[in-house]
Amino acid sequence: MVKSVILSLLLVSGSFAQDAYERYCVECHKELPTSLQQMFKRYLLVYSGEHNVKAGLKHYLKHPLRDISVMSDLFLDNYGVKKKTMLTDEQIDEALDIYWDKFKVFNKLK
Amino acid sequence: MSVSKSKATNSLLKSEKKSLLRFLSLYVAMVILLITLLSLFYYQSQEKLMLSDQRALLTKYAYIQTKRLKVLHHYFDERTEYPRDPRFKSAIYDLEHMKIFSLLEDENVHFDEEEIYITNGHIHLVKTLDEFYLGTKYLIIEVHYSDEWVGEIWKNIILYGSLALIFFMLLGLYLMKLFLKPMRDSIVLLDRFIKDTTHELNTPLSAILANIEMMDTSVMVDKNKRKLARINIAAKTVSILYKDLMYLTLEQEKANQDEEIKIKELIHDRAEYFSVLAQSKHLECNLDLQDATITMDRRKLTRVIDNLISNAIKYNKREGTVGIKLREGMLEIWDTGIGIGEENIPLMFDRYMRFNSSEGGFGVGLSIVKNILDEYDISIEVESKKGEGTRMVLSW
Repeated sequence: MVKSVILSLLLVSGSFAQDAYERYCVECHKELPTSLQQMFKRYLLVYSGEHNVKAGLKHYLKHPLRDISVMSDLFLDNYGVKKKTMLTDEQIDEALDIYWDKFKVFNKLK
Repeated sequence: MSVSKSKATNSLLKSEKKSLLRFLSLYVAMVILLITLLSLFYYQSQEKLMLSDQRALLTKYAYIQTKRLKVLHHYFDERTEYPRDPRFKSAIYDLEHMKIFSLLEDENVHFDEEEIYITNGHIHLVKTLDEFYLGTKYLIIEVHYSDEWVGEIWKNIILYGSLALIFFMLLGLYLMKLFLKPMRDSIVLLDRFIKDTTHELNTPLSAILANIEMMDTSVMVDKNKRKLARINIAAKTVSILYKDLMYLTLEQEKANQDEEIKIKELIHDRAEYFSVLAQSKHLECNLDLQDATITMDRRKLTRVIDNLISNAIKYNKREGTVGIKLREGMLEIWDTGIGIGEENIPLMFDRYMRFNSSEGGFGVGLSIVKNILDEYDISIEVESKKGEGTRMVLSW
């Protein structure tokens, strides 16, 4: 009994230790062959600026369509279009802010 | 009012000179404006030409850099070294004009202006990418701006501008002569007419005056004496006019024969000559003469005194006064005549300028006076009030 309580606490605390990006994005994407960084670069290639990238991503998460996806046809044929997100706007924004900060090009070039 | 020294008796009147000067100023201003505008257009076209040459080169550099960015995008973030080139500097900006990375020496980038522009000693080419490698919407290529071409342009502008200026000035002179021709023609015609008539006047006038002098008035009845006096006055008036015209047409070009003249004697002599004219108007002569001398041509001084006295008599009222005051270095001739308005004083020495048509004359007398006074550096001051009289003061 005590063991099961401790295990549950550990699991709950473990899940709260993760940030929004890890909770809402990494969990599912880790099973895909294309990394989130590669996807980020594809978004950069199409949307360029921070606000534009975030807006494009948010729109796609809420209204996923094959036609507006930045991924290749080969990828979409194999893995299909994602399901519509269940996250709230605040959750998406929080996750996208972290995503942007993690992979943005600014201050990384030498 | 003091009248400035000028050769007022040359062919053009002051008002005509003023109009001419205005036309010339306007013409010169227009020519300079035209040349400046043309130079500006030339400069701008040459600048555009230089920029278009640079545009081709910088576009080539932008193409090379885009290829390198594409490779870097692919390998990011294993590779993070921004591609460099010794021939140019570059920078990348995203869609929101945020700087991603820059090697520019001049960070003053203009996104809203033309694709290529000059800024603080550099030329910038802002290239918009179709695919945003690393998020790059704008790729800026920078090279040093060399202004050697400007020196060449200035040389051309100065050379061709000066040539154009000289050409337009010559054209202006030609046009001016063309405009002035009718005016000059009429003046030449008038001068020639006066010259011709003057010659014809000499013989009969001398005969009249000589015969008047020779006539024995003691045997004449009073009525005839008065008639003879009137003939004398008329002949002397014509004689003054004749002498003025002679002076203008022939004598003024003769060399001066300067001598020391006792002015008092000369004035007495001339006053006597004009006494018949003064008597005819019942004028009172007020002579206040002290001894004074001046070194000048006697003919010229006589012309000055004759004209001033004859004007003082001619434009006087009946039973008025003519005054002559002589001091060393100063001669004043005044009258109680009709006077002239202050606004007309500067114009009264212009040739053919007349303010009163009630008396005869060509309007050359005061022009001659001014001409002679200027020649001998004698200043003349005119005070006149309409209806009260005129005072002319000569100082030397």
